[in-house]
Amino acid sequence: MKAIVTVMLKPGVLDPQGRAIGQALAHLGFAGVGEVRAGKVIELDLAETDPGRARTQAEEMARQLLANTVIESFRVDVA
Amino acid sequence: MLREMRAAVVTFPGINRERDMAIALTRSFGRAPRMIWHRDTDLSGLDLIVIPGGFSYGDYLRCGAMAAHSPVMDAVRAHTARGGYVLGVCNGFQILTEAGMLPGALLRNAGLRFLSSDCHLRVERTDTAFTSHYQRGDIFRAPMAHGDGNYFADDATLDRLEGEGLVAFRYAPPTGNRNGSARDIAGILSPNLRVLGLMPHPEDLVDPLLGGEDGKPLFDSLAATLAA
Repeated sequence: MKAIVTVMLKPGVLDPQGRAIGQALAHLGFAGVGEVRAGKVIELDLAETDPGRARTQAEEMARQLLANTVIESFRVDVA
Repeated sequence: MLREMRAAVVTFPGINRERDMAIALTRSFGRAPRMIWHRDTDLSGLDLIVIPGGFSYGDYLRCGAMAAHSPVMDAVRAHTARGGYVLGVCNGFQILTEAGMLPGALLRNAGLRFLSSDCHLRVERTDTAFTSHYQRGDIFRAPMAHGDGNYFADDATLDRLEGEGLVAFRYAPPTGNRNGSARDIAGILSPNLRVLGLMPHPEDLVDPLLGGEDGKPLFDSLAATLAA
């Protein structure tokens, strides 16, 4: 199964990269862009075939390594 | 008679400040530290373990995230559980936070730029093994070189750190807080005061030939404490 882990800085944690992207978009003439947040996406190819167990595995990986839960939150999508 | 104290510098792939650190330790301790590769796990007989700066594992995923799960880090944890001293500088500080040995995290610098310049640090307390050769309120110069030095922790953690006196150094004038760190925090201590993490590099200012000795008291403090 494929598990896709999306890691984002928590709300309230300053995201200077997202802000710089937002400023660049405004500079390019894209109007009406509010706050921009930048994160990362990690795709995992798992041997597990049960969606529930695959999700549990990916969540454990996110908690231990893929995300730093002091500053980041994560979401797991299984496909 | 003074006891011989034993220090070690742990290196990971991508660490590049281990030799500067070894020079600073040798100057104050009078003997060279052991150099330990991250796969080694025998840290017995050591008083002080230093995790130096650099870019361990290319800063992949997050600064320090990979190194925090290296085999040697379990041994470092056991060393602190025995009451051993640990110093983490720059990437070493990031590794200690990623390993959960110090609270908080180091975010991208608020201005997004990599900062390579001198900064100034105020000494917040002097009754620790790392700071006894400074005077309280001393402001000393230290080089810094980091892209992710913006100290972050939630308000409750920051209040606890300040309430328990665990802030060792803060960024101070004239250069001030250039990376956006919460409450100007540059370095923090563990509750037992035996683990110190800081972003700037005191080890790079221990010789008049290099422009000053502002960082030397930190290593002299350790030498005095560990020899006692």
